[in-house]
Amino acid sequence: MTTVLKVQDLVKHFPVRSRGVVRRKVGEVHAVCGVSLELEERKTLGLVGESGCGKTTLSRLLLNLIPATAGSVVYGERDVLKLSRKQMRPLRRDLQIVFQDPFASLDPRMTVAELIAEPLRIHGFYANGGREKVRKLMKQVGLNPEHANRFAHEFSGGQRQRIGIARALALEPKVLLLDEPVSALDVSIRAGVINLLADLQQEFGLSYLFVSHDLSVVQHVADRVAVMYLGRIVEIAPTEALFTRAAHPYTQALISAIPVPDPRKERTRRRIILAGDVPSPVNPPSGCRFRTRCFKFATLSEPEQAKCVSEIPALIDRGHGHPAACHYAEAAAMI
Amino acid sequence: MTEQLQITPEKAVSSKEFTVQERSQFQIVLRRFMRHRLAMGSLFVFILIVLFAYAGAALWKYSYTDITPDNSMPPSWEHPFGTDNLGRDGLAKVMRGLQQSLKIALSVAVIGIVMGTAWGAIAGYFGRHVDNLLMRFADMVIILPGIAVAASLASISQGAWWSIALIIGGLASANVSRLIRGLVLSLREQDFIEAARALGASDSRIILRHLVPNALGPTIVSATILIAVGILAETALSFLGFGVQPPDSSLGLLIQQAQSAVNTRPWLFYFPGFFIILIALTINFIGDGLRDAFDPKQTRVRR
Repeated sequence: MTTVLKVQDLVKHFPVRSRGVVRRKVGEVHAVCGVSLELEERKTLGLVGESGCGKTTLSRLLLNLIPATAGSVVYGERDVLKLSRKQMRPLRRDLQIVFQDPFASLDPRMTVAELIAEPLRIHGFYANGGREKVRKLMKQVGLNPEHANRFAHEFSGGQRQRIGIARALALEPKVLLLDEPVSALDVSIRAGVINLLADLQQEFGLSYLFVSHDLSVVQHVADRVAVMYLGRIVEIAPTEALFTRAAHPYTQALISAIPVPDPRKERTRRRIILAGDVPSPVNPPSGCRFRTRCFKFATLSEPEQAKCVSEIPALIDRGHGHPAACHYAEAAAMI
Repeated sequence: MTEQLQITPEKAVSSKEFTVQERSQFQIVLRRFMRHRLAMGSLFVFILIVLFAYAGAALWKYSYTDITPDNSMPPSWEHPFGTDNLGRDGLAKVMRGLQQSLKIALSVAVIGIVMGTAWGAIAGYFGRHVDNLLMRFADMVIILPGIAVAASLASISQGAWWSIALIIGGLASANVSRLIRGLVLSLREQDFIEAARALGASDSRIILRHLVPNALGPTIVSATILIAVGILAETALSFLGFGVQPPDSSLGLLIQQAQSAVNTRPWLFYFPGFFIILIALTINFIGDGLRDAFDPKQTRVRR
């Protein structure tokens, strides 16, 4: 498989400043810490994690919308993060994003036709056949071209997300970052949008980074899944392997929380309930970041616990078939 | 007639798909504005006032400089708006005053809005040092006693109408810039601005196509206020003797000249006052209609 986007040791720290005139830097929010990923051509990489773990920050970093603290994002032998805004522009045709909130990410003053035409106008493709292209895109994403005059607020959530997808597709990108594309939608229309995305991937040969906090959605769409916790990737595996042989305690806890539509099975299976909240990213725990909530940590002996506290677990294969960032990773079937 | 009926079935079906014609934003705004009856009525009255001021002055038998033998006459067929103590025709003077006041007031609004919007949008969008620099400058302009500055600047240009408009408009734009900056500060954090950036939009495109249109409602409201401000500021300047200079005339100047004669020759006072109120009202209603027309979420049909 060819890699289209290679992310290496990506770091983003947001400064926390004091109040007042001087605004001294008093700390840092460790939003993304040393994330490495590879997006494969025509494949979907799912990225899951709970709220505030840095998923959205990561997707913004990949597009160079916010400056990274360190690391590299290589697309076509070029480091995206080193490019200026002007140099970035031709690359934006290949790297596009669909935003989470279809209500806020569309300009309320523009009609649908103008919204979808905007990427074409910016890159100078509107002059020849832009109107036809807009019409075609609307049909492709399942919108009625007759509604081109309407404003975004006149549509339902699912239709708006389709507008967002049409906008992202207008430039015929190679890589599409989907930042929780269905989490703002009703369950009833999620399937429609997810199937649309799958069809479009087939049709245009797109590579997806599918960011979500919903494991069951990711299980359905992704070829590989990366699990993120507090700015770090804790486990990355092919979807099948992750859901049958999860090795990191956090992944196991997440998978054990997916509801199973079989009451008998649901009653007998093991549920892992994590205690406490996600630690503050301003002052993350030393060593393994998950240890403060880890059910496994509690069962370990003292010298073993000391290792969790002092040593950051590397994201490597410890004999269970795929990389996991836990010193004591053990594959376990949770469903 | 027979020709019109000869529509082949295939054609009818294929054309049915695009029964709704694609309209530009301008057409949509225009249609919405046309439905706003009060605004359309006001626009009609406003056009009548403009015609009265310009065409009327060209047709009327007296010029505003003419001195007739009838002095201090109340309104009559000969002098519908009466005459002043020197025998100058009231109607001719009001028409001339309207011309000057309209020119000044509209220019003040245009200059104030264009400068203020650019000023505020740039400060709000770029933030940081640009914002600090531009807004401290705006603070400086705002704390200046406007009339005193305008008077001293106007005395240099000797009361040409465009220089008065430029000065008042320039000073007013500082207030507009603060308003626009506040709007832009909240708008620029919205997702759709980031979405535009992700598409590769330039700064100027984001400002002109996304930020300014979304700040349009309050901008139009302040434009209508600026017209009133323009007329009042011009009146004040004329009163101090730095505005439009006699024998030229403006609505403000006419009222100022008539103030000593409120009891003896009230007609000199009523007519310009009536037009000031009429202009302010019609402009406000037109602004109201424009704001509704530009707001896509305004679905209420006005009657």
